[in-house]
Amino acid sequence: MTERTRIPLHRDPKFRALVIQILALAFVVYGFYSLFQTTVDNLVARGIQTGTSFFDEVAPFQIGFSPFFDYKLGESTYIDVFFVGIQNTILVAVLGIVAATLLGFFIGVVRLSPNWLISRGALAYIEIFRNVPLLLQIMFWNFAIFLPSLPAPKNSIEMGAFYLNARGFHTPLPVIDDSTGFALWMAMLAVLGVGLIVFARRAKVRFQETGQQLPVVWISLGAIIGGGYILYLIAGSPLIFDEPVLGRFNFKGGGQLPLPLFSLWFALTLYTAAFIAENVRAGIQSVSHGQTEASHALGLSRKDTVRLVTIPQALRVIIPPTISQYLNLTKNSSLAVAVGYEELVAVWAGITLNQTGQALVIIGMTVAVYECLSLFTSFVLNWYNKRIQLTER
Amino acid sequence: MKFSAKIATTVAASAVAVAQVASAGTLDDVKARGELKCGVSGGVPGFSAPDDAGRMQGIDAAVCDAIAAAVLGDASKVTFIPLTAKERFTALASGEVDVLSRNTTHTLTREASLGLNFTYYNYIDGQGFMVMKDSGIKSTLELDGASICVQAGTTTELNMADYFRNNNMSFTPVGYETSSQTREGFEGGACDVLTSDKSQLAALSTEMKVGPAGVTILPETISKEPLGPVVRQGDDQWMDIVSMTLYALINAEELGITSGNIDNLKANPSNPNVARLVGTEGNMGELLGLGADWSYNAIKQVGNYGEIYERTVAKIGIPRAGSVNDLWTRGGILYAPPIR
Repeated sequence: MTERTRIPLHRDPKFRALVIQILALAFVVYGFYSLFQTTVDNLVARGIQTGTSFFDEVAPFQIGFSPFFDYKLGESTYIDVFFVGIQNTILVAVLGIVAATLLGFFIGVVRLSPNWLISRGALAYIEIFRNVPLLLQIMFWNFAIFLPSLPAPKNSIEMGAFYLNARGFHTPLPVIDDSTGFALWMAMLAVLGVGLIVFARRAKVRFQETGQQLPVVWISLGAIIGGGYILYLIAGSPLIFDEPVLGRFNFKGGGQLPLPLFSLWFALTLYTAAFIAENVRAGIQSVSHGQTEASHALGLSRKDTVRLVTIPQALRVIIPPTISQYLNLTKNSSLAVAVGYEELVAVWAGITLNQTGQALVIIGMTVAVYECLSLFTSFVLNWYNKRIQLTER
Repeated sequence: MKFSAKIATTVAASAVAVAQVASAGTLDDVKARGELKCGVSGGVPGFSAPDDAGRMQGIDAAVCDAIAAAVLGDASKVTFIPLTAKERFTALASGEVDVLSRNTTHTLTREASLGLNFTYYNYIDGQGFMVMKDSGIKSTLELDGASICVQAGTTTELNMADYFRNNNMSFTPVGYETSSQTREGFEGGACDVLTSDKSQLAALSTEMKVGPAGVTILPETISKEPLGPVVRQGDDQWMDIVSMTLYALINAEELGITSGNIDNLKANPSNPNVARLVGTEGNMGELLGLGADWSYNAIKQVGNYGEIYERTVAKIGIPRAGSVNDLWTRGGILYAPPIR
């Protein structure tokens, strides 16, 4: 019985499919291998050295902006340059994503305003910024607007302890003066935070039981700012502020937002916000008008209708295309080299590549970093997207 | 069976295509193409920048003109390919250009690790610093704490870092991709100081709104920057042609041969050295794999080194007399081996 049903191996469709797939995979792997091997052979034949031994060499150049890592000329190595580059890329990407999201939401909502002037204004904004090449915009803001209009350090625009000039924006920076006091303050803040969470839960329960609403957001905000400040004084003011002081050439001390970062951030935000605004408009328009009417009929206010009915449903449409805008923004930050911001492509795929000549390794690592950043961003947002998708019961 | 055989053939074919190695004979390539591909900076007046008619002018461009004249008999048969500092070596190594004549400094790292050969120098430079005249700065030692505009990825950036470290001074680099961007940044106030090779500083100041009178090039020279044409490693004949063409231009000046008098000298050579250089005696061209009139064409069509200098670098306000770029017979260090 079993003898008769056995198919010869070469006629078994499952087996044949498997063999063909293995063969195809082997050919692809071999193709990549030979590509790699040929490249290496050609490099050797032309006397071009390649490898990763330069990582630990001291980098012979200076980097001007490194807010979190300590970069020191004469001590930091090439691999430090790599991490400084990643840090600056992530910094501008995060700043850009936050700002572009806020601005994009605002423009997208305003675009649907019944006011003709306002909605046409938003339309003009979207069409202008979406249709001009980004590199042009970055260079325009930096070289045509900010540099000529901002004063030299000596004539800086003064706003209290804040200074604005052609080099950037200079701010006082808090420095921990009394570490036990600081720890005490942090501990008290943590208690306050826990208290607020408990309060928010209670308020929700009360709302569900009695229908009475408390302005939880405003109370929390007030408690954090006001309470935080009172606790700061109780802890004995553990911070001192390092204020920028005008030196011979520029301000020293304090924090600095350099102009190249600002120009790049500004241009990336305006550009990406135009795309996000269109996503937001599409998302809001995708929510059936019947939903709004139904919630009005239930007695929800206009504000609550938007907050509880329209936006949650619109988000399902908005999020997926916005993920790719976030990825684009991250990748577009590599245009920074035009204005002298020291991100990954500028310091690693630019300066380091040129000083060491290690194109293969450096470009490979740069590609890998962008790949990882993009995969990470889309992983987080896809997780968020899944959470807010319609759950059908 | 048939199917997998097909795959195998395709893969084998593509592997062969991948394995193809660029041909070694640059001279044959150039002759077959009828054109020399020359990598230049394309935006540095005096070295290589397009003129009103769109023709690349400058001392770097002239070297390529001379090579084209020597190899192809016509100085106009050059395609100039503007390259950034970042692109230049890859462009040369990959065969995108035949020769790189792009104010490129000769260093050990570049010579030994990039698969390149430097030939000789067409301009010997040194790095300096430029400030606005109204800053009142007179010396580089007053620059502690300054922001400095620099072209990213150049030896300039490294020299600056070394110099400031040696003198225990701090600075903030503002790195741009191209030299014209460094000028824009400096003009707009993104930095206090602009650093580059001194010849470039002079060239860039001519493009500024305030003009050369509104800036000060500080007296210190902090580095040696011998600039010259670069070729791929492993093609000795081509390297010989490039360096000998440059030597021919320098020797022509030393022997008093100009584009104006070369026809007379060819008819009546004043001495055997001249005769060899104009191609009426010896077989110099043949030894290089070129025609007998290789150096005649180069000098006749492009001029000798002095003529080239006068119409290019001298125009941006860098006098030559007595500088390092003068002939060895006049106190400079330009010294070409004899053509014989």
